[in-house]
Parts: sequence; structure tokens; C-alpha cells
Amino acid sequence: MSNDFFKMRGIVKQYQMGNEVQTILKGIDLDIEEGEFLSILGPSGSGKSTLMNIIGCLDTPTSGEYILHGRMIRDLDEKQLAHIRSKEIGFIFQQFQLLPRLDALKNVELPLIYAGVPPRERTRRAEEMLVRVGLKDRMHHYQNQLSGGQQQRVAIARALATNPTLLLADEPTGALDQATGEQVMALFRELNDEGRTIVMITHDLKIARHASRIVNILDGVLSEGVSAYD
Amino acid sequence: MIKKKWDMFAESVSMSLSNIAGNKMRTFLTTLGIIIGVGAIIALMTVVQGATDTMNAQFDAMGLGTLRVSVAGTAIKHGLTDDDLQTILDCEHVAGISPSLNATVTAKRGNVWSDSISVNGNNDEYFRHNPDLLRRGRAIDVLDVENNARVCLVDGDAAKTLFFGEDPVGQTFYLDGFEYTVVGMIDEDENASLFSQILMGGKTDGTVYVPYSSAKKLLGTSTVTAVEVYVTDPDDTDAAVDELEAVLDGIFNDKDNTYTIINMESMTDAMNLMTSMMMSLLVGIASIALVVGGIGIMNMMLVTVTERTTEIGLRKALGAEPGQIQMQFLIEAIILSLLGGVIGVIVGLSVSFAICMNTDITFSLNTFAIGLGVGFSAAVGIIFGWAPARKASRLNPIDALRSM
Repeated sequence: MSNDFFKMRGIVKQYQMGNEVQTILKGIDLDIEEGEFLSILGPSGSGKSTLMNIIGCLDTPTSGEYILHGRMIRDLDEKQLAHIRSKEIGFIFQQFQLLPRLDALKNVELPLIYAGVPPRERTRRAEEMLVRVGLKDRMHHYQNQLSGGQQQRVAIARALATNPTLLLADEPTGALDQATGEQVMALFRELNDEGRTIVMITHDLKIARHASRIVNILDGVLSEGVSAYD
Repeated sequence: MIKKKWDMFAESVSMSLSNIAGNKMRTFLTTLGIIIGVGAIIALMTVVQGATDTMNAQFDAMGLGTLRVSVAGTAIKHGLTDDDLQTILDCEHVAGISPSLNATVTAKRGNVWSDSISVNGNNDEYFRHNPDLLRRGRAIDVLDVENNARVCLVDGDAAKTLFFGEDPVGQTFYLDGFEYTVVGMIDEDENASLFSQILMGGKTDGTVYVPYSSAKKLLGTSTVTAVEVYVTDPDDTDAAVDELEAVLDGIFNDKDNTYTIINMESMTDAMNLMTSMMMSLLVGIASIALVVGGIGIMNMMLVTVTERTTEIGLRKALGAEPGQIQMQFLIEAIILSLLGGVIGVIVGLSVSFAICMNTDITFSLNTFAIGLGVGFSAAVGIIFGWAPARKASRLNPIDALRSM
């Protein structure tokens, strides 16, 4: 089956640690269909963060092939990678990563600035996204005026703002209590129902089960399903 | 594309401003070096320039196109005789001369007396070339000189010493036993009196101007040792100097060190050279403060980059190119140092204005100095902001985000 949306073949990532070469990812093969909600499940040290960085084009593999939306990521330079991150990927972090000096609206506008969207259009789209995540009346609040769940919603709105191909979430509920985490997961499912492709990285099986498909990573090797946890 | 760049620029400026405004105390301390450096440069340049202008004006007041010949003479020929003066007067570029004799004598009027009255022997030419000198009465004229007339003009100090409370004009008194009649009063020229004080050393009880021929008798000499030479045209000053040298060499048989010709113009030139050298030196020293200020900016920017590592990582994850990150931090450094530069210009101008107000120096806005100050501070921002900005742009986004 040919898949130009998301295809990884034989992804290897090695790090030089002194005289030793550590292999973090040992030949990952992964295909993701458009519109899929995928959880990558793995304990800490399994290589899941490294895999996320490669998926997010923050890092490049030592060897192997990665095609995202028809583009070979391996051949791109830093500037082109920045462009891919801007257009194709929406990041959601465990610690939300909002800029405290900016209000919610300005935070959501941030990726649109780098995407080169003109100011008026930027504000319009940012407002639209904040309405979408249910923060219509919180647009001009600052980080310290928002609860954890609200901050993560702002972060999700920010990730959605550039209308990316792929939503990439790294432990999105890690800093939230269980009830709030469930709300965020509900929002993820809604977005997925609207056709948004989501890749979520987590160590929490309960959270991972919200996805339509789960892959398991252990010691740099990827396998389908949750066998290691059963 | 240009629109996008402009948006980025506007965004960088607003981010920088909010960051700078968010750390007021730190911003102030960081820019203090630049403020001091630029302020010192502006103040020094303005004050030195003002002082130079003031001194030039004073030299000009003493006469362009005037040469001062002072004669040391030889063992057998102590000064210039009337024939020598005529030879000088006959020179092509000489319009007129005013021999002068200076000495301190005793003056007596009734039972008032003073033993430190300066006598200036001059001629009619001298008063013609210094028209501001005469306050009232009449000046010394050519007949006074020819007839060795015992007439004189007194300045304010001499009038106070000898004629306290009375009008001196028309009165008589004795100079070293010779009776003189006062025909006029001298207006004191501050610059000239300052100059003569420096030359004569010490202040006297007053100055009396007499015809130089009469002064020769009074002082018992047949020669003069100082002559002011008025050049036909200030542009011919150099030619006149050459001519005078030839004549004086003839008078003193080509002996060395028998006379000096003081050219006001060349003195002004020499002084201007000196002050401009002094100015470069001072500005050079003040520039050290600018370099130190630049290091302060660099230090603050490095701290800022470290503090905002996570932010940099986030911005990269959101699609910022390395060049955009670098631009943002560079703009912040430039804004910081320009802020210091502008405050420095204001401080420097205020300080030099205060100095000028409390001295005789004329204050003038030196636009070159202002441009230099602002330009220097912008350059400091670029030079010292470049390395931290580059460091920020090269941060690995993964490492940057991991530090959260």
C-alpha cells in the first residue's frame, strides 16, 4: 500500500555518548492514515520522545526514510524544516508552553506570524480557534488568569491555528488532573471526528485508549497494539 | 514577502519593548554604560567645541591682519629706532605700524600717588585700529606723536586711583615727575586686559596711554621693543611676515634670536590643531565607556537568551526560522543600546548646557556629536547583540524545550 501522507521506514536514531554510540530508535516502520487518531504508548526511556521529535521535524533521523505529506524530510535544511513545522504540524506540549507576556489571543496568533498570515486575518483565525476550544470569553486572559485545562485549550487552539496536517501532542494530560484530562481528551476526539489527524504520545494506557489506534514503543522498537501492557 | 518581513519586524519590536519594559531596573542598569559613554562623548564634544569657538572669537577680536613684532635686540642695538620703524612702514604689505612701549611708573596727583601705574606708549594708528578703546574725550593723534606731547588717556582703574570721584578729562597729574594732561578715557577691553595681564604679569593700579614718542622720553630710551604691524590685507599676512623677516634680519645683521613675529592667525591655527587633538583624545577615552556599555548589553542579552531558552524552543516548534529568532534578539539588543544612546544624548546635552551656562563658553547644538552618539550606540547594539542573537538562533529546539 502506497501512503504519501505519513510513512516511516527503518527510522534509526543514534546518539554519540562519549565513546559509545547509543541507538535510541532501532528501525521504526510506521504508517498513519489521514484522519487517524494514533496513540504512541511507551514508558520513559523507551524512545518515544525521540520519535516525537522526529515526527515533529524538530530532529532528523540518523538513517531511514520519513515522508510527511508527500515530502522527504531527510533532505530538508533547517529553514525548510521550520517551514514544515509551521505549515504541517501543530504541537501540543505537556506544560502548555504559553508565553506569559502575551494574552490568550496573542499566543494563538504566534504561529500565524511565522506562517506569514497578515495581522487582520491572524486575529480573525485566532478568535475562531479560541471559540472552537470553548474559550470565547477568555481571549484576553493571561496565562496566570487561566486554569490548567484552559491553558491547554489555548495551546490546542494555537496548534490548530495554522490548520496543520498533523496534530502532535506530547503527554497532553500529563500536567492536568483526571477530570480536566478527560475533558481535553473529549476535545481531541471531537477534533478527530472533524477529520483532524492526531498523534498523541503518552505513557498512560488509559489516556492512550482514547485513540482509534495504539502503537507501543519499547527500547526503540515499535509494535502494533498494547501487548506489553496486557 | 516584504509584508511578511515587516510583520515579523513589528512583532519583534513589540516583543522586545514588552521584555524591556518588563525589566525596568535591569534595563536601566544595562543601558547605564551606554548612557555614560554617549553622554560623555556629547558633553565633551559640545564643551570643547564651545570653548574653541569662544577662544577663536577672542583671538579674532585681537585682530586679524595684525602682526606683533617683539624685539630682543643685540648687545649694541637694544631695539628699533625711528629709522627702523620707517623701514618697516615702507614695506609693501604693511599698511601701518604702532610702536608700543610698556613700563610701570609712579604717578602722583596732589597728595594721591601710586607706584604701579602701567604706561602704554602708542601712536595714532593704534587707536585707529582699536576704535572701541576710546570711551570719551579724544584719542592720541599724529600731532601728539610728532610733538612728544604730554597728553594721556586713562583707563577706569587709573581714574579711580588718581581722580576718585572727579572727571579726569582736562586734569593734569605727574608721571615720574613729568606733567601730563588727560585728554580722554579708555574703555576697558576685557580680552585685551586679560591678554596684557598674562603678558605683563600681575595687575597694576591702572593703565595710562601716552604718545609713544613721549613715552620714550619718559622712560629714557631711544628705541622701542614692540611694534604692532597692520597688514594691508589679512590674506597677505604670510607675505607680510616674509617681508618683515627680511627687513628685521637686515636691521639686526642676520643675528639669531633678535626678534619674534607673532602671527595671530597662526596662533589660532595652532590652537585649533591642539583643541582638535585634545577632542579626539577625550572622545577616544569616552569611547572606552561605550565599549564597556556594549559588554553590558551583551551580558544582559546572553542572560536573556538563557532565561528564554524555552520560549526560543517553542517559537522554533511553532515554525520560526533561525534567522527570525536571530533577528528578534538582535532587534532587542539594538533597541536597548539605542535607548541608552538617546538618553545619553539628552544627558550629555544637559550637562554641557549646564557647564556652558556657568562659564563664558558659548553653547551650540553640535549635530555631528548627536549623530555620532546615536550612531555609535546603534553600532554597539549590532556588534554586541550579534553573538547572543546567533546563540539563540542556534539553540536546538529539542534541548530548548526540554529545559521546561
